[in-house]
Amino acid sequence: MGAAPILEVRELYKNFGGVQAISDLSFELAEGELLGLIGPNGSGKTTAVNLITGFVKPTKGDVFFRGRRITGVAPYAIVGLGIARTFQMVKPFYRLPAYKNMIIPLYSPRVKKMAGGRYGDRDAVALDLLEEVGFERDAQVAYKTASALPQGYLKRLELAKAISLQPDVIILDELFSGLSLAEVASIVPIIEKLGMEGKTIIMIEHRLKELFRIADRVVVLNYGQKIADGKPGQVMESDAVKKAYLGVEA
Amino acid sequence: MFLGTMIYALINSAILALMAIGFNLTFGISGVANFAYGAVYILAAYASWLLLNLTGISFWLAAPIAILLSMAFGAGMYRFVLLRVRGQALSEVIATFGIGLAVLELFNYLGLVGFEYTLPVLIDESFMIADTMVDMQRILIVLMAGLLVAGLWAFTHYTRLGLAFRGIAQDERTALTLGMDSDRIAMLAVSFGCGLAAFAACIVIPLGSISPSEGYEVLIKALAVCIIGGLGSTGGVILASFLIGFAERLTDAYISSHWTMIVSLAAILIVLVIKPSGFFGRQKELEERI
Amino acid sequence: MSRLNQRRERIDRGIKARAGDVFALCSWREMLYLLAPRLIPVVGFLGLPLVLDDYWQRVLLSVAVFALLAISWDILSQSGMISLGQSLFFGLGAYCSGILNHYFGWHPLVALPAAALLGGLVSTLFLLPVLRLRGVYFSMVTLIIPLMLVRIVEATKIFGGTEGLSGIAPLPSKWVELYLIVAVLLGVLFGFRRMLNSDYGLVLKGIKDNDRSVINAGINIYWFKTQALFIASSIGALAGAFMTHVYMFVGMPVFALDYSILPIAAAVVGGPGTLAGATLGAVILVPLSEILRGIGGLRIVFYGIFLAVFIVGLPEGLFHYVERKYHQFERWVEVE
Repeated sequence: MGAAPILEVRELYKNFGGVQAISDLSFELAEGELLGLIGPNGSGKTTAVNLITGFVKPTKGDVFFRGRRITGVAPYAIVGLGIARTFQMVKPFYRLPAYKNMIIPLYSPRVKKMAGGRYGDRDAVALDLLEEVGFERDAQVAYKTASALPQGYLKRLELAKAISLQPDVIILDELFSGLSLAEVASIVPIIEKLGMEGKTIIMIEHRLKELFRIADRVVVLNYGQKIADGKPGQVMESDAVKKAYLGVEA
Repeated sequence: MFLGTMIYALINSAILALMAIGFNLTFGISGVANFAYGAVYILAAYASWLLLNLTGISFWLAAPIAILLSMAFGAGMYRFVLLRVRGQALSEVIATFGIGLAVLELFNYLGLVGFEYTLPVLIDESFMIADTMVDMQRILIVLMAGLLVAGLWAFTHYTRLGLAFRGIAQDERTALTLGMDSDRIAMLAVSFGCGLAAFAACIVIPLGSISPSEGYEVLIKALAVCIIGGLGSTGGVILASFLIGFAERLTDAYISSHWTMIVSLAAILIVLVIKPSGFFGRQKELEERI
Repeated sequence: MSRLNQRRERIDRGIKARAGDVFALCSWREMLYLLAPRLIPVVGFLGLPLVLDDYWQRVLLSVAVFALLAISWDILSQSGMISLGQSLFFGLGAYCSGILNHYFGWHPLVALPAAALLGGLVSTLFLLPVLRLRGVYFSMVTLIIPLMLVRIVEATKIFGGTEGLSGIAPLPSKWVELYLIVAVLLGVLFGFRRMLNSDYGLVLKGIKDNDRSVINAGINIYWFKTQALFIASSIGALAGAFMTHVYMFVGMPVFALDYSILPIAAAVVGGPGTLAGATLGAVILVPLSEILRGIGGLRIVFYGIFLAVFIVGLPEGLFHYVERKYHQFERWVEVE
């Protein structure tokens, strides 16, 4: 391997009052990689992401970003460093139009820093970003109130919010869930474009077929432990993974 | 003399525990804010007094009736007010605070204060314990406090209803999917909490007289005990009651009575700064929010 | 008359649609439609002092002071903090101004702004520790601290103890008094309304609505909450400092429950979420409270009942209701 990993998770443990949610989780992420984080329900995928992004403090272990220890750093500060994430349950500000939902991320110090010290016209930037994720400009979808938008658009809005922060690492928590095949097919190019721009991406997904088409590597969790780490094809051949997902001896 | 102070500190702790237990059940364990708690305490006291003095029935009958009336008041308050703002914690606070305010100030306005407004002690006797005169009522208070705390703990850990109380506070949706009618259970939680406040009133008020402004003090003391001990933890209620009870009594004996309330209030602030979840409160992550 | 097959439909009034954006400049009627709601309070507050007698001028003063406290409460509530102790800010501001004047001889017009900022600073410091906790803790602590401060003053006898500080210098004249507070009220009302409607205000409201989302956007919500707290508490402190110079006295009564409850009732009745609603609430409740002065302590009983009834029954408050009627008309239509 050449360059140092952009993100490194080292021997992470998390215990929630008796429930061992994560044990001995370690993996590295190279810059520009698209990593899939998969596993059965309850295997700790979202907890792992919460640990990386600072929303939850680990019981033991560390997280490193560009070689710098970020364990225990406040979540808003981690966003400021360049790691953005989306939430599995999208909760936009329902009473506001879609583009107004973008104002809050665009108000953050990170955006100001990346824009060279000035905010610029937030409304215009919001509309541009939304167009990039598929909000048709001529149909003025961006002006619709969030409560009137279907799930597909809300997921894109969530994605746009993460992109607006110009992060180096984007973590997408079940972006595809609740979307039709056509909707997924229309979002994948956006993600691929992010990859081509050099962004590192982690995707938690249950929809393996769609994920494996774009993932460079896959990490599999089961009951909070890593049971496989490798290319999508290889990982699915492993006995441990088959047992975890199907509960059957292969 | 020192031993006497210690005994009275113990009694003070028991009083605090009695006052806090109902609030802990409603807010700490079931997650429903009831800022009319102090008002219910006073309401029950006046109800007892009215029953005693206007109908002449014995206190052993009047007190349980007052307790039942308070429970009904709690249930009614839930059904007509809290139900409509359920889930919006801040609206719950304002609504119940408004009601509590109205009740207490009504009693203030009616001016029912004075030495004749008091409740009788249960058994009128005194004992000498270690050179200090201790009356039966106070001993009863300590006993009752112990029983009630133990009872509450057993109730919330071993009975179905008690476990349901805890369930709706932890995750209402899951509770619903398990067939628990969360509204009915929340109503029962408020009702039981009010009943416990009434019970506390019936045994503690005989030590003095009824005064509406004490309603605010009861609310604050209950808050203090629950915050310091940790919302929802019965063990916390015990520990915090002892801490505050002893601190207050020692301040009163060795510094001055003016400072007693300052001590308990300062204790709340310090605990909030250092360990916000209280001594035995469960440390909650940002995801769950403290 | 069965409403079973019908639903209420609300449509913007024609004039609202015509008055949208720059098109309002086309006609006097449209401009008046937009300006009238703003002119009424301005003209009202500036003009009333000239036509009212002494007694009602006092009431107007009270209205302005409570309106400021209600606005302060509203700003906090829009940022997700429910204060049950506006009297904390009021009392701290009152004492700061009294102290600056009594012990240091500062002129009221200098002591006032200084006390506002100082009072705001001290209040913010008191409440800083609880900003990270669930909203209910904030409410509890705001309830407790004023009570604590009263007892500390009583026990330690500082700053005049139970007697308080008297002989505080008054403002130059009764007209200065009135117009100063009215000007401050209008400035605060329009100024902070503007702020809350801007992107900054959007962040604050976002914090109330879904703070995890705002954190996720890389914003330090505690810093923003601190700012909102400082602004709101300074406004409350200004009201308190002002009253010190009107009464020429400051003492334990400044931490009275009245100063905590009436602003909440005013904001809830008038309509939380818009500073104008808080002002409207004060305009209604303060004179009402004056008229009901005869019934003494029963007033607070009414506030309490009002609070409970409005928060449950008409949570949007009167202002929103009136605003809605002003902008839209409604009718019953058949459900297709």
